[in-house]
Amino acid sequence: MFINNDVTRATAMQERHVVQPNDAGHPIILSTEGLHVFYGKKEALFEGDLQFGSNQITALIGPSGSGKSTYLRSLNRMNDRIATVTGKIMYRGVDINQPAIDVYEMRRRVGMVFQRPNPFAKSIYDNIAFALRLRGTTDKHELDEIVETSLKQAALWDQVKDDLNKSALALSGGQAQRLCIARAIAVKPDILLLDEPASALDPVSTSQLEDTLLDLKQHYTIIIVTHNMQQAARISEYTAFFNQGRVLEYDTTSQIFTNPQVQVTSDYVSGNFG
Amino acid sequence: MDSKKQNKIAIGTLYGIAGLVVLILLALLGYILASGLPQLSWHFLTAPAKAFLKGGGVGVQLFNSFYLLILAMAISFPIALGAAIYLYEYARDNWITTTIRTAIEILSSLPSVVVGLFGFLFFVVKLRLGFSILSGAFALTFFNLPLLTRSIEDSLRTIDLEQREGGLALGLSRWETITRVILPAAVPSILTGVILSAGRVFGEAAALIYTAGQSAPALNFADWNPFNISSPLNPMRPAETLAVHIWKINSEGIMPDAKAISSGSSAVLIIAILLFNFAARYVGKRLYKRLTSA
Ligand SMILES: Nc1ncnc2c1ncn2[C@@H]1O[C@H](COP(=O)(O)OP(=O)(O)OP(=O)(O)O)[C@@H](O)[C@H]1O
Ligand SMILES: [Mg+2]
Repeated sequence: MFINNDVTRATAMQERHVVQPNDAGHPIILSTEGLHVFYGKKEALFEGDLQFGSNQITALIGPSGSGKSTYLRSLNRMNDRIATVTGKIMYRGVDINQPAIDVYEMRRRVGMVFQRPNPFAKSIYDNIAFALRLRGTTDKHELDEIVETSLKQAALWDQVKDDLNKSALALSGGQAQRLCIARAIAVKPDILLLDEPASALDPVSTSQLEDTLLDLKQHYTIIIVTHNMQQAARISEYTAFFNQGRVLEYDTTSQIFTNPQVQVTSDYVSGNFG
Repeated sequence: MDSKKQNKIAIGTLYGIAGLVVLILLALLGYILASGLPQLSWHFLTAPAKAFLKGGGVGVQLFNSFYLLILAMAISFPIALGAAIYLYEYARDNWITTTIRTAIEILSSLPSVVVGLFGFLFFVVKLRLGFSILSGAFALTFFNLPLLTRSIEDSLRTIDLEQREGGLALGLSRWETITRVILPAAVPSILTGVILSAGRVFGEAAALIYTAGQSAPALNFADWNPFNISSPLNPMRPAETLAVHIWKINSEGIMPDAKAISSGSSAVLIIAILLFNFAARYVGKRLYKRLTSA
């Protein structure tokens, strides 16, 4: 009589449950410590302490407005002029969230792909090559080679290899997003940040994109924001659940989806809200 | 009255008004072209004007109009481009930018005759530039700058924020992003704005009457040394433009064929401005196509 169901649940469930990845095969390449983000006076991220293992895919999930993009965009300082970001972002042992850091160099190590494909109004070739040329790679053969390997890694080469001089604006949504991935990896980053990269794509392009990401994992550490639970489950090793500006749960993806420790996470992954 | 009927009456009225406007425009255009086209000849377009005799042309005025246009554009375009880039890409919204924007608004609605009088007092008298191409070009710059700045700013606004973020995410600086990604993408629309404003500058008279002057000394088209007084390139000579010429002939022209010359000049002016407008569309579309498809 005096054990009622709700009480058992409340004691079994936790407020917050964070298990940082600890896999010897995948050393931590990026981690955040005490990260807070303010838009003006409004605090949008109250704390996000996450660690990311190299060559793994980590999914950031959570309801709309929970701070996933805010967190992700802080990682390569895209929020610099927009928000105030305090706390540490440790990349290979260096805190990249300090004024002395060369942001431009850092962003070449931590690349980003956006929700809406944003190819430049240039040829397919130049979309990839122009950032390299700006940084001094002018040798034609070298550029050709980088363009080819990047497009191959992004699984776009076979479709565009005869049209490299055509405008990138003529590509389909899925192709354009792959081009954006190729463009991001052409500058040889360590880490790829993707903010809902498939949300503007049809199911076929989405599943191709997922295959591509799984391939890319061999070379890059991937952090991806997604609203699509199946997508997170299919491709990621770790999943962080955001809610109202906090990381409520972080664990292996299978734990998050089969055995969540926080009530809100459980409600969210089972589709009860969000 | 039922709403169907109301709708019909409203649409009918709107069509009527639109039709009337088009009709008036066509009538004006038709009248100018009908009375002007017969006057046009190679001689008319190239010969110098005559003050008292029949048979003068508008060659010098035509040259002056283009020369002033090019000078005014060469001065105002870089300033407008810089101002637009600063305002749209760099400046945050604060009282300084609000002040600049308000100033631009006011400047752009200033009657051009006021710009002309300001140019007279400041460039002609105060800076002792006299009635000269340079004074005229400066006055035209003042006339053109606010509108051109706004049009370039609008062109920059048409480029998605994602394009800027795309550039930054590749490790480009803001300046590199603007010059390598944003400006190339905005070129078609910027160019359209420039050509359209060139049409306006080309037809401007009031700002020039008291700055570039109302006389067109004969030019020696064999002498391209800008320091010689009869050289077409000399920026210190007075230079009546085509638009000013039309105004002048109609107010005090004493040549026997004043009416014919005025009609011919008006036709040339209208044709030139129409050409500017068509060129703007054509070039803008062509460039956009070249950038987007291929
Ligand atoms: N540029 C901005 N200026 C002010 N507030 C912002 C800005 N960007 C985001 N916010 C606020 O910060 C909070 C977190 O937003 P964020 O975009 O990080 O959410 P999200 O989890 O990515 O949501 P979604 O799934 O809809 O993309 C929201 O309350 C949002 O309104
Ligand atoms: Mg988001």
